[in-house]
Amino acid sequence: MGEAGVIAGQVFNGVSVGSILLLAALGLALSFGVMNVINMAHGEFLMVGGYISYLVCQAVHGPYAFLVALVAAFAGAALLGGLLETGVIRWLYGRPLDTLLATWGIGLILQQAARSIFGAIGVEVIAPAWLNGSWSVKHGLFQGLDFPFIRLFIIALVAVVLGLVWLFIARTRWGMLLRAVHQDRQMAEALGINTRRVDLVVFALGSGVAGLGGSALALIAPVTPTVGQSYIVYAFLIVIVGGLGSLLGTGLAALAVGLFSATTQIFTSVSLADVLLLACVILFIQFRPKGIITQRSRALEEA
Amino acid sequence: MRHARALGYVLLLLMLVAAPRFLSSYHLSLLGRFLALAILALGLVLVWGWGGVLSLGQGVFFGIGAYVLAMHLKLAALGPGELPDFMQWSGLDHLPWWWSILHSTWLTVAAVAIVPGLAAGALAWLVFRRRVGGVYFALLTQALALAFSTLLVSQQPYTGGFNGLTDFSTLFGLSLIDPQFQKRLYWATVALLALVFVFLQWLLRSNFGKVLLAIRDGENRIRFLGYNPVPYKVAAFALGGVFAGMAGALFTLNIGVISPAMIGVMPSIEMVVWVAVGGRASLIGAVAGTLAVNFAKDWISSAMPDLWLFAIGALFVLIVMLLPNGLSGIGETIQNVRWRLSRRMAGAKKGKGLEEAAVCVAVKEGARITAETPDEA
Repeated sequence: MGEAGVIAGQVFNGVSVGSILLLAALGLALSFGVMNVINMAHGEFLMVGGYISYLVCQAVHGPYAFLVALVAAFAGAALLGGLLETGVIRWLYGRPLDTLLATWGIGLILQQAARSIFGAIGVEVIAPAWLNGSWSVKHGLFQGLDFPFIRLFIIALVAVVLGLVWLFIARTRWGMLLRAVHQDRQMAEALGINTRRVDLVVFALGSGVAGLGGSALALIAPVTPTVGQSYIVYAFLIVIVGGLGSLLGTGLAALAVGLFSATTQIFTSVSLADVLLLACVILFIQFRPKGIITQRSRALEEA
Repeated sequence: MRHARALGYVLLLLMLVAAPRFLSSYHLSLLGRFLALAILALGLVLVWGWGGVLSLGQGVFFGIGAYVLAMHLKLAALGPGELPDFMQWSGLDHLPWWWSILHSTWLTVAAVAIVPGLAAGALAWLVFRRRVGGVYFALLTQALALAFSTLLVSQQPYTGGFNGLTDFSTLFGLSLIDPQFQKRLYWATVALLALVFVFLQWLLRSNFGKVLLAIRDGENRIRFLGYNPVPYKVAAFALGGVFAGMAGALFTLNIGVISPAMIGVMPSIEMVVWVAVGGRASLIGAVAGTLAVNFAKDWISSAMPDLWLFAIGALFVLIVMLLPNGLSGIGETIQNVRWRLSRRMAGAKKGKGLEEAAVCVAVKEGARITAETPDEA
């Protein structure tokens, strides 16, 4: 395999990592954009999605069990997100830093609960037979490259989810309300929009997408109580780079972070790649403190 | 009232100074360790309680101080020309320069305060000068804590990797395991804590403290008044880093080991809980909170290890939701709740009139209009 092959392989890895990160970051970016709230327990929603997929795959058999698991993971995580929003986050409105701490506490409780129920050692979701195998390049410049079906499936899944979320935001009534609240919460309230309910929907949707992400993750790695922790810090960085609640910005940022990690890992170790990533993010906000895609606004302080 | 309070502080200090006479050596070492951590907590009161800057990466600055001192202790335990054991195992044949400069004790003592302070100041300046703050800053500091601890683990030949640094023997030529040294170390910890306490008490009452508080409550308004908030926030964060570094060094001396697991993401965020429990804006509250949470942790995690994460998770949620000002703010919180309840009762009697609603909207609108400003270039 030539040099071009190695680079192309890492680019593929980067896109594949970036696509999972995108599922993790999407919900964060949505709720941050609309509610100005960061949910530190978001990583645990990934974990919950993973464990739900595991349970469903234990209970349901057949080639399409995993698709059932995907739906269940979305529903379960969304339900949990709704509970968290009504139980905790709603009461801390306007105190974003306190929300960070409270949701972190919830995350710890969820983590320890998972450890008590499933044990500290990971559980495996066996990928369905139709996802085994890979597509390999036989000839030409990229000869010897290997694209596992699982990774291709995840990328396709992310593309579909992204499309559906976009449709929801751009084409449905709820999406319109969401955009209104995002643009100007007070004005939306004055027009009679129930912003509390919009918050709930946004938060549940974001949590559900994270659940899907956990489900996808379960295909490539065992589900452990701390699986969320290892992805969520990247997701936070993506939200910072992407800009305030912009779908496109989040997508670009996720892709950039995924590609950056994958390509720097050719030259250095994983831990040094992390340090470099953080340094680049801090460097990046020197030039674009509000992220890739910024919302033009005359308000000095975002409400 | 103020005299009574000062008298209380003096009594408390006397009790701490006299503690070695009454406590077993085990409990004394715990107390010494936790008092060292309380120095870091005082820094968080300045940074978070007064500056409104939440740091989820205070473990990094704690860790820098701790590692600087640990490297010196490691060198002090060696004969001439020898290398620390883990360096030999990793096949290193000479000491890196940033290790060898720490042969000097006084340089080490200076570096324990200066290096973390500079690191904290540099980070804060880079982020705050572009008006990035709040949640973003908290997330960046958390990423820093993750990157720093994984970097320490991965650089095994230089940092001792996952196991960290341990097996210390002497400081200033004194043996560390000597019981007399333990007592002196304890008193030194109490003295430094008291010093930092008094210094912060003074600082927060000064003009600096007032501006810092004003920045927390309305950064843009302070800008309109002609102040540049950036130097204030950077200075506060750098000082927080200095105190964290000192705390790290004292903690390492007390416990005899430092490892990446003690300074990563989870320990860093636990540090915030100590302060939250005591009351984020109260110096004495932070000290009390640090002691309370750590003694509780020591007790719970030895009696029921599985329970600790549940306990601290619940603590996070309950403190933030029910006692935002911590234990030291209980009185205030109760007053607030009573006032709100009584207002709600009055409102229920009268019914919320149209006029009241109109006033509400007008006030909100006014706030929005005053906050509006031309687009930044």
